[in-house]
Amino acid sequence: MFSNPLIYFVVIPLIMLGGLALCRNIKQIRAVAVTGSLALTALSVWLLLDYLGLRAAGADAPMLYTGTWSWFTPLNINLSVGVDGISIAMLILSSIILLTGSFASWKIEPHTKDFFLWLILLSTGVYGFFISIDLFTMFMFYEVALIPMYLLIGVWGSGNKNYSAMKLTLMLMGGSAFLMLGLIGIYYHSAPAGQPLTWNLLEIASNASIEKGWQYFLFPMTFVGFGVLGAMFPFHTWSPDGHASAPTAVSMLHAGVLMKLGGYGCFRVSIYLMPQAAEDLAWIFLILTGISVVYGAFSACVQTDLKYINAYSSVSHCGLVLFAILMLNTTAMTGAIMQMLSHGLMTALFFALIGMIYGRTHTRDIRLMGGLMKILPFLAVCYVIAGMASLGLPGLSGFVAEMTIFVGSFEAGMADYLSGAGSLRLVFTIIACCSIVITAVYILRVVGKLLLGPVYDEHHLTLTDATWWERTSTATLILCVAAIGCFPNFFEELIKFTFSPSIYAVIGMN
Amino acid sequence: MDITLPILILSIPLFMFLLLGLLGMKMSHKLAGTLGTLGMGTVLVLSYITAFTYFFSGSPQFISAAGERLQAVIFNQTWLQFSDTLVIKLGFLLDPISAMMLVVIPTISFMVHLYSLGYMRDHHGVYEHGFQRFYAFLSLFSFSMLGLVVATNIFQMYIFWELVGASSYLLIGFYYKKPSAVSASKKAFIVTRFADLGFLIGILVLSYYTGTFDFMSLTSVPVDGMADVYHVSENTAVAVKGIFQSSAAPMFMGASVMTWALVLIFMGGMGKSAMMPLHIWLPDAMEGPTPVSALIHAATMVVAGVYLVARLFPLYLMEEAALNIIVVVGALTAFYAAMVACTQIDIKRVLAFSTISQIAFMMVSLGVARPEFHHGIGYMAGMFHLFTHAMFKALLFLCAGALIHAIGSNDYTAMHGLRKYMPITHITFLIGCLAIAGIIPFAGFFSKDEILTACFGHSIVWYVWMSVVAGLTAFYMFRLYYLIFWWKEHHVHEGHHAPHDQPMTMTLPLIILAAVSCVAGFVPFGNLVTWNGKPMYDSMGFFTNLQHLDWSVAAISLAVAIIAIAIATVMYRKENPLPDKMANMFPRLWDWCYHRFYWDELYMFITHKIIFGCISRPIAWFDRHIIDGTMDSLATITNKASYAIRGLQSGKVQMYVWIYLAGALLLGAITAICLM
Amino acid sequence: MDISMIYYIVPSLIMFCCGIYGFVTRKNMIAMLISLELMLNAVDINFVVFNRYLFPGQLEGMFFTLFAIAIAAAETALAIAIIINLFRGSKNIDATEINKLKD
Repeated sequence: MFSNPLIYFVVIPLIMLGGLALCRNIKQIRAVAVTGSLALTALSVWLLLDYLGLRAAGADAPMLYTGTWSWFTPLNINLSVGVDGISIAMLILSSIILLTGSFASWKIEPHTKDFFLWLILLSTGVYGFFISIDLFTMFMFYEVALIPMYLLIGVWGSGNKNYSAMKLTLMLMGGSAFLMLGLIGIYYHSAPAGQPLTWNLLEIASNASIEKGWQYFLFPMTFVGFGVLGAMFPFHTWSPDGHASAPTAVSMLHAGVLMKLGGYGCFRVSIYLMPQAAEDLAWIFLILTGISVVYGAFSACVQTDLKYINAYSSVSHCGLVLFAILMLNTTAMTGAIMQMLSHGLMTALFFALIGMIYGRTHTRDIRLMGGLMKILPFLAVCYVIAGMASLGLPGLSGFVAEMTIFVGSFEAGMADYLSGAGSLRLVFTIIACCSIVITAVYILRVVGKLLLGPVYDEHHLTLTDATWWERTSTATLILCVAAIGCFPNFFEELIKFTFSPSIYAVIGMN
Repeated sequence: MDITLPILILSIPLFMFLLLGLLGMKMSHKLAGTLGTLGMGTVLVLSYITAFTYFFSGSPQFISAAGERLQAVIFNQTWLQFSDTLVIKLGFLLDPISAMMLVVIPTISFMVHLYSLGYMRDHHGVYEHGFQRFYAFLSLFSFSMLGLVVATNIFQMYIFWELVGASSYLLIGFYYKKPSAVSASKKAFIVTRFADLGFLIGILVLSYYTGTFDFMSLTSVPVDGMADVYHVSENTAVAVKGIFQSSAAPMFMGASVMTWALVLIFMGGMGKSAMMPLHIWLPDAMEGPTPVSALIHAATMVVAGVYLVARLFPLYLMEEAALNIIVVVGALTAFYAAMVACTQIDIKRVLAFSTISQIAFMMVSLGVARPEFHHGIGYMAGMFHLFTHAMFKALLFLCAGALIHAIGSNDYTAMHGLRKYMPITHITFLIGCLAIAGIIPFAGFFSKDEILTACFGHSIVWYVWMSVVAGLTAFYMFRLYYLIFWWKEHHVHEGHHAPHDQPMTMTLPLIILAAVSCVAGFVPFGNLVTWNGKPMYDSMGFFTNLQHLDWSVAAISLAVAIIAIAIATVMYRKENPLPDKMANMFPRLWDWCYHRFYWDELYMFITHKIIFGCISRPIAWFDRHIIDGTMDSLATITNKASYAIRGLQSGKVQMYVWIYLAGALLLGAITAICLM
Repeated sequence: MDISMIYYIVPSLIMFCCGIYGFVTRKNMIAMLISLELMLNAVDINFVVFNRYLFPGQLEGMFFTLFAIAIAAAETALAIAIIINLFRGSKNIDATEINKLKD
């Protein structure tokens, strides 16, 4: 069991939990958190390189590093692990955000130890989710990732935290109720009559035994279930409140990684296992996600709380992820994965910066701040860079992701249009393209009000700029954002190469 | 050609940007400025060498045996692969127009770098706050603009297009503490972003049908046998051509999809090149430091739209409708901007509107160009005007900068009669005015005259129209000139220094640019830059341009310019009530011109009242109250229902017993009934 | 004279009904406890009687009764302890008014 490298993505956080339990003071806690997340980052980078090596050497299985350990035989539940390029991208994203999140919560108060315990538990769930290929264990890790959120927001949050924590947890739990139903339905149709049932994703996909009628029922169940976490309209309202109340590191991890669980799940479960329903029912969700994209952007234009702006912006950007997945087109799906990575890093950067600014000014209302560029130059410049990434400036990650999505979606839309299959995809692609303008509007509005112009509040003149741990955190994220933006083909190779078998499985069904 | 030079041309400014951006604050102001200027100087030399090699080396890579100038890809590196055919590459394309831009951009950029060493200090020699940042942004801009012009494919152009937009945003908002600068920068970015949306959709449509982003594949379409000239595989060219010429290309709302694609791409050009109705950002962009206005908003970035149309010109030639739209938009813009320029009092605004008007000239010129007429003289004239305009408009802006620096105000009412105090500025400004007015032998005469010839060849209506605009141009420029340097004696307030010419770093660029404006007209453009690379004339010499002038057109335009200057002289040379009288004769017209035909107010209304008021706010409200309200009410209903049934758990044991007994009896009764 | 089962069952039934009546009507907790004991004893009688008459060779009913008596004793002791403590706290052992645990 321990010869499989993937298992360490769960083992290291568990060791960290044990280590944290033994810690006596804040220095030890920090040491454990930073060492552990560095180890995880190193592990995921090593995994990436090793994986590319294996692929180059000709490994062509859909998933590598697979392993299965029996867990509960009567129901065929196993702990099955395996990764492809998408999972690895997500693992790297999680590690980076956990690392920078640890730096961002350098001075978290009170109950520092408990905070990190819950945070690490949450990330255990996240890692477990990304390495699992068994639907049951996947779901279990999904729940493990959701529950700590309630305590993290409820105890360490700010503002209307009890309401937000409850709302977030209940809505996501509601989503996972749908999901549970969908997954059990999939399980009971996972194999042709007379053969043993299975939870294993790859086996279900190769059996392809879910009948069309059942797909029509199970696809919306799972898509909505994961869509709630991916902030799909109209199930997105937990996001603004939840993110606004959550402490910095939790917002980072939640918007950066947890929301990606939604997109990843939609792709991995809904579309991969039920391609026919995906083809036929995509229009419903295309409309919903298309609305998400512009709706989130327009809403963000008039918000006054920084975190609300960013939360609505996340609704818009994550909407684009689901939107692209539903195009059922290789280019658009590649774009969706890039957008997940890009949005994860970018939004984590935003939330980190907002947390740092809030920690100094004690307000997040943009009407009560102004001219921070003069007072906090480092943070302000980072904020501008994050904003530029968000509005899709070439050289930063947002551009490559959005362009890949638009090119792919347009291709899918035109193909539909010319073959007489309706112009829905085309129309919504053009609507989604409009979001680049609206994004520019709200980003520049914030930058103009918050950072530029004369200093609004004279009390802010005495504020001090970023400390070394804050600089580490933001600089790491900016480097990653710029790396994706400048050298997209590397990621593209990673995703595309491994991505193809599964995508062809989907498109081959048409 | 070796790839070292092209790579250096692009990487030096990028390196300078990173160096000054990251370490600038640790450097002294002087070091940062010197480094930036030296970097740009190196780029200048390298670009000159590259352009010279392209035009004059005679290498078979650049010129065919038949004397046609070729498009040469120096390098082309895959950057992002969308699918097997759609690939974004980053590369370096040398052809007549990109080689020309390799002369224009570094020249102006270097002048501005040099000039800013003096301009970005106050009278006591203290450097402005953010001096290093200024140089970093200038380098970023130069990098992006060079990347734009040497783009090998339309997506590379789009990438750098966005980057120049961003650097323009950063530079307009350089004085970030000033709210007007902040809102101007925001406006510039958002308006051009809106235009870029059209550009992007245009690219998507074009690439969907042609299956390529590559300029060489795209533009080799209409000419037979061009495929081998452009080193494109025959298959691609044939395939692309087939798509264009097949009647299967679908129609959309009465126009072919190709027309739509080209018009949408032109929309991107309208945004960057400030064509009506997307021109509103450019006058506001004058909030940036004046050298920036000279570089970005007069000479280089704003002509990107013209460059884009020129780049795709062979495609536009296939769609007459798209070209006609360009002509109409250009002609209206040219006239509108010239009218407005006649009434403004801020000298930078006059120059801004003049820029809009002149760029519109170039657009019209491209729009009326047809291969049948004089080997497509319109194309050549447009590019020629781009070149000369860059020189004399940068000169005018830099002069304006010197004036503003000396006076401390943008307003001509604070100037008047400065000719004695600032002689160098006076002479160079006058040269700029003569050049833009189109007086022989200054640069503008030749290029403008060729544009008018091209218009004449296309349609007499546009010829008359553009001649009127040319007359207006001469009028408003000399109005400005007289109001600044003549009108009445300058008052020097007690305790103030008299205005004087600026230090060497500032006057040297003025003198150089003035000299260039005097001789630029004699560059034999017809032999260097033509739409299909074929030289227009056999010989090439200093007076080539004079030989082929259409003297009847030239004489008329010269006469128009001289009459306009004469009117301006009468009205503005000495203080007199004539201008006020004229204004009072047409109060409504004056008012509309002065308020720029209320475009800004219209846009304010659209953005604030319609977009924010009627879309964003209702959506935000809907989200909070309807969507969120539904979710909340689900929770509330559950809560209420729980409270309602809570009363049953009264905690009274005897009540439970009663209920239990009743239930037991009931069950017993039911069982009894069932058994019976 | 052969005493039939009915002679035992009818008194037991009367005892049980008295117990229910007492439990439902009385407000005093001690009285309710006594009523409860009455019901338990009625049931115990039934157990013994059924065992004796229906399954004479077996002893399960007897044992069950013994267990029930033991448990009832323990339960009574516990209940009285609670009631005494309640009385100490609130000077009241009226079952309808002891509702502090409700909220």
